[in-house]
Amino acid sequence: MKSLLTHIPMPVRILLALLLPALLVPAFPEIAYPVFIMKVLCYALFALAFNLLIGFTGLVSFGHAAFFGWAGYTTGILMIRFGAAGFPVELAILAGMAVATAIGWLIGTLAIRRTGIYFAMITLALSQVAYFLAVQIPWTGGEDGMQGIPRGKLLGLVDLSVDNNMYYFTLAVFVAAFLAIHRIVHSPFGQALKALRDNAPRAVSLGYDTDRCKLYAFMLSAALAGLAGSLKALVLQLSALNDVMLSTSTEVLLMTLLGGLGTSWGPVVGSTLVVSLQNHLAALGGVVTVLIGLTFIVCVSFFRRGLVGEWQALLQRRDAQQHHVPVHDRTANSP
Amino acid sequence: MPGGGRRATDETHIMFDIPMQSLLAQLLVGLINGCFYAMLSMGLAIIFGLLNIINFAHGAQFMVAAFLAWMGFSQLPLLLGPEFKINFWAALVLAPLIVGGLGVLLEKTLLKRLYHLDHLYGLLLTFGVSLVLEGVFRHFYGISGASYDPPALLQGGIDLGFMYLPLYRGFVVVASILICGCTWFLFEKTRLGALLRAGTENPKLLQAFGVNIPLMITLTYGFGVGLAGIAGVLATPIMQVNPLMGANLLNIVFAVVVIGGLGSILGAVVSGLALGLLEGLTKVFYPEASTVVVFVIMAVVLLTRPAGLFGKEH
Repeated sequence: MKSLLTHIPMPVRILLALLLPALLVPAFPEIAYPVFIMKVLCYALFALAFNLLIGFTGLVSFGHAAFFGWAGYTTGILMIRFGAAGFPVELAILAGMAVATAIGWLIGTLAIRRTGIYFAMITLALSQVAYFLAVQIPWTGGEDGMQGIPRGKLLGLVDLSVDNNMYYFTLAVFVAAFLAIHRIVHSPFGQALKALRDNAPRAVSLGYDTDRCKLYAFMLSAALAGLAGSLKALVLQLSALNDVMLSTSTEVLLMTLLGGLGTSWGPVVGSTLVVSLQNHLAALGGVVTVLIGLTFIVCVSFFRRGLVGEWQALLQRRDAQQHHVPVHDRTANSP
Repeated sequence: MPGGGRRATDETHIMFDIPMQSLLAQLLVGLINGCFYAMLSMGLAIIFGLLNIINFAHGAQFMVAAFLAWMGFSQLPLLLGPEFKINFWAALVLAPLIVGGLGVLLEKTLLKRLYHLDHLYGLLLTFGVSLVLEGVFRHFYGISGASYDPPALLQGGIDLGFMYLPLYRGFVVVASILICGCTWFLFEKTRLGALLRAGTENPKLLQAFGVNIPLMITLTYGFGVGLAGIAGVLATPIMQVNPLMGANLLNIVFAVVVIGGLGSILGAVVSGLALGLLEGLTKVFYPEASTVVVFVIMAVVLLTRPAGLFGKEH
């Protein structure tokens, strides 16, 4: 048993350890309200998708709300129009992901033509177009958004309008996506991305087609962000203009930065904190923006590795002191 | 229905034969927007040249200056008495100085600690600053706008024969072209400008010659922010003063900067003005597209000339 455990990488071990309490959530709604946990899971998935790009590829996108929001709109409109006629919810989610991937291809193709801060500005500008479209196209509901999106039946059997069923479905999707991202990051493709992030000229000289790698990473991240957006539309039964706005792109950036760029669990920790914070301070308006801004400033100035990253660094330092081994930078590999 | 038919012909008339008056009016609006794009993208280019960061707080600093002008005019007298009323001309000097001073403070305390790191961090920090500034003003003033009258000297307008020109709008155009021209002269034709350009090329070498580079960087940031401040005060009588006025403008300015490139002051100014005019023209001929035309042009430029119209890829 012990030898089996040591073969499982740390992030997956943490996932397994957390699975038991996660499965028990619906039994104790007074401790953890399932809809709240589902919301956290959706945003955590969104942040994980974002981290794939910023943490492992080194590309900063200010436009991820476009994928998240438009996937939500797609799933929403399909379920509203055809949900009652038995339109499969799985297909609605896949359609959301497909739309997100297509937008990702469009924005990605343009953005990868420049690097660094230009990349960030291009994604910001193009996601602004996605926002204008959402305002102008009538079926998105404009300022009002879409409300009362039906959740449908999973495989035509399980009624997702029951919160507990929806909860287990969301949890299953999250676990699958987490494992998929873990797999991608540790695949040869993931290694190529990290090489690109750390030393682009060298990656080019080794024969990697960097543009193609970047575009694939961008589209992959967009697809997963779309998955998160579609799920969120079903969980909250709501898709609003807010989801395609810059503030959503900002939030996911904050979640990832706060938790730790390029760590496996950082985005999850960050999104849990941010979503809880928003739940408590929702009524305060401007104050939330100030708090988010201050968190950015503090993170960037004092702990750039994020909560999980700093924790790992602390453990490593302790390890090094005990065993007198030199410290290696392992931030990208451990939890 | 006879009425319906008549309305349809009216619409076709407007669509195919745009009156000169409205064309010129929209062009003027476009020109004025272009002036703001030019001033803001010039500030971004100056800051980027020496600090190598994109100042995401540029829009918020613009907004703060506009608010300072408005507060000095209408809030301060209520608070302290009418003799403390700060008029437009005083605000045009004071607000940029205050905002620029705050910029210097920001550079000295936070930004300077990030120069040895990836550009990403400077961007995130200034972004955080912009959120704090916007949030503070949103908390105290909400998101509805406040209006501000042009100074007495510039109220009214003149009839140019072919169109009516509100005096203040004419003033904004002249003033911003003057500001851009002076800045261009300062950077391209003076000794100080030569030093600044040398600092952009090779700061280490310049420092070895005895130039105080850290001071130069601080003052450059303050200057760039001050430019945003001037633009902010100039905008107060034209735009609604509200916490998001800068953020909305900055989105477009980023696209302008991608199109023009951050390499040269002239490039930033020319592309700013040109895109403003183009946006105005779109408003006349195809209003639905006017909000996205700049972004579409950005996409086309990226596909055909990835480095930007005036840029050189490093």
